[in-house]
Amino acid sequence: MGDTDIGYWVVPLAVFAGAIRVSTPFLLVSLGECLTEKSGRINLGLEGTLMIGAMSAYGVSYLTGSPWLGVGIAAMAGMMMGFLHGIICSLPRVNDTAVGIALMLFGTGLAFYFGKPFIGPQAPALPSIEFGWWSDIGQIKSALSINVLFIFGLVMAFVISWGFKSTRWGMIIRVVGDSEDAARAMGFNPNFVRTVTTAAGGALAGMGGSFLSLFYPGVWHEGLSSGQGIVAVVLVIFARWNPLGCLYASLLFGGAGALGPALQSVGFSGGYHLLNVAPYFLTLVIMILTSSSKQRLSGAPGELSVNR
Amino acid sequence: MDVSQDHAFGVSVKNMSKHFGDFVALDAVDMHIPAGTFHALLGENGAGKSTLVKCMMGFYHKNVGSIHIDGAEQHITGPHDAHELGLGMVYQHFTLVPSMTVLENLVMNHPHIPPVINWDQERHKLEIFLGTVPFKVPLDKRTSELSAGEKQKTEILKQLYLNCRFLILDEPTSVLTPQEADEILGLIRDMANHNQLTVLMITHKFREVLAFADAVTILRRGKNVGTFSVRDLTAEEMGHMMIGAEPIRELGSRKKLTGGDIRLELRDLQINNDSGERAIKAVNLSLRGGEIVGIAGVSGNGQIELVEGLAGQRPIDGGEIFVHGTPYRGTRAEIRNHRVACLPEEPLKNACVASMSVAENLAFRHFDIWPFCQGEKWLKRSEFTRHAAERIKTYGIKTRSPAMRMSELSGGNIQRTVLARELGEPADVLITANPVFGLDFAAVADIHAQIMEARNHGTAVLLVSEDLDELLELSDRVIVISDGAFVHETSRQDADLSVIGQRMAGH
Repeated sequence: MGDTDIGYWVVPLAVFAGAIRVSTPFLLVSLGECLTEKSGRINLGLEGTLMIGAMSAYGVSYLTGSPWLGVGIAAMAGMMMGFLHGIICSLPRVNDTAVGIALMLFGTGLAFYFGKPFIGPQAPALPSIEFGWWSDIGQIKSALSINVLFIFGLVMAFVISWGFKSTRWGMIIRVVGDSEDAARAMGFNPNFVRTVTTAAGGALAGMGGSFLSLFYPGVWHEGLSSGQGIVAVVLVIFARWNPLGCLYASLLFGGAGALGPALQSVGFSGGYHLLNVAPYFLTLVIMILTSSSKQRLSGAPGELSVNR
Repeated sequence: MDVSQDHAFGVSVKNMSKHFGDFVALDAVDMHIPAGTFHALLGENGAGKSTLVKCMMGFYHKNVGSIHIDGAEQHITGPHDAHELGLGMVYQHFTLVPSMTVLENLVMNHPHIPPVINWDQERHKLEIFLGTVPFKVPLDKRTSELSAGEKQKTEILKQLYLNCRFLILDEPTSVLTPQEADEILGLIRDMANHNQLTVLMITHKFREVLAFADAVTILRRGKNVGTFSVRDLTAEEMGHMMIGAEPIRELGSRKKLTGGDIRLELRDLQINNDSGERAIKAVNLSLRGGEIVGIAGVSGNGQIELVEGLAGQRPIDGGEIFVHGTPYRGTRAEIRNHRVACLPEEPLKNACVASMSVAENLAFRHFDIWPFCQGEKWLKRSEFTRHAAERIKTYGIKTRSPAMRMSELSGGNIQRTVLARELGEPADVLITANPVFGLDFAAVADIHAQIMEARNHGTAVLLVSEDLDELLELSDRVIVISDGAFVHETSRQDADLSVIGQRMAGH
């Protein structure tokens, strides 16, 4: 074992590692949002859910010493936030976008309020799995040290994708999301289905939050999320409401985000802040290229309010 | 109470009443439908047809009355009970999930879906089932890509796959071509003949009643006028029983007008739909003053895009529109100068502001000029009221006051209000789409007479309609639109219904 010089190979390796590290919260939040939006409702409150998840995971991990318990509590807290959104939006004439924004502010505020005592102390972090055992090269070892939540998200992307095609629940979600009339004629209760998917989506977003505070960056402070919850909502549109698309979109976004630090590590420091903007710029460019003022987005659930 | 049977059964409704507050929607209606028969339910809008079948299906809870299946009284408290008993209903509007395939739609309609769906097994089960029924549909097509006829077949298959033996059809042919309608009703008729199915069809098309039904029950204002064998009836007698003694306005005679100037001209007009696909494909048309040109076609063949394009509600993507020989883009100034009037379909949605008053809606065309507007700044409310009162009187609009909200008017009165606004002053061009959709007899006759009157006064009328009877009654020329192109043109005298139907279906 030693630091073999692998030259510029360091850049793609760092981008790879960064893609996985940065993409994990995007992946979990966007999968949750994908689940919710497929049922015909949009939850813009996931930024708040993310913060609640991050705070509660950190607090529980610090108090009990078990980061896993923290992840579990973060999922529970996220589920409660999703459930709240779900039942409020089930009331007649309630607008899901407005409720989402209210819950985003509420969640963030609540997280700051309860999170005050946890700023400073160090909580136990989540472990990662070493896939680089076969290599002697330090950079490869560290690049292949992959966090457990990413693997969970990876599996979930495939599970949800399969579920939409081949399970009763997945099919019901698609029916409700695509045509409320058809759903009622078939005897499904759209509000019930949507409340369940919003709660499940909230749980995934809560877990995404626990990643931020328990793995990377691995601390709790009030500036922890820089809009990941909002960006994840956009990623779902970019991914055309396809769970595997969410995976690719998150990885692309994560990879673009890791480019700046990776280049800096090999001494290329020009335009550092510009490179930090890369993921956002990339999203903007892709959205413009793939959108049309005259054409509806293909694959959009028919009942989604942004689409009607 | 699972009564899964493989043969049709008879259904009787006894003394059925349903009140909504003070309003009596159904008043002691009796109806008997013997097993294996095709029964039609006729009536005007608001006569109680939908209320009756919704009570039978358990969507509404009846106030009084009972339902008997093969003579035994059954308590139906919800749609679920009705399905268990073998009653099924096909709604007027399609209830298919557009992004899903026919196979997925049929499987998802089943009450017992396994947690994990084995598609090969489901497909196999469905193929066996499809062998037992006469309807053929492509299983792997998305339902959004199906023709209207195929969609309606899928809706019926959904009910048959649930082992439904008593099928209620709510205006099943309103969006079909005559050929598609005949095919589907014929197949259902066969199933009834083989005692596999009992059918109750809500309709307003006498032709279909006479061609396919055994018997007909006629409702008027919630009361049963009578049940008759179709053999003993003519269309005229049915019409009389439906509307009672209400006077019907005569369609004014068609004045002979020739050589009017060209008012509206389309040259290679192209318009895209919401998905960016070409909905109107390079069509050409010249419309003269004093003529009605009817555009026939199955809905969804570009009619909405054409009307929205002409009304200035949708950008055009190629070609040109000329009015009075000058290029026309539907700006407010052009509409006013060229006197272009428009009565689109669903006028409450497309030509009104539902939350504004009748008076305000009536003034939309001129509210920004004198006398509604004083010194180009201040609106004169008294002028709105005066103008509205005058129009309400001339056009017979039933409203409590000019200040009533537009959305509180009935369908016929909404239509009359928009017509009063659009034809209140002489118009050079009138563009109208399905102007009488969903209206009762008296309102239909009234609006048809007004369109004919406008024509006789020299207005050029473009009438887009899905109702062939309406088109043949009013038009001087009929053009068939199919897949965004004008595929057939005929004069009124030479119009052949079977040719028009074939062209509508794209043959």
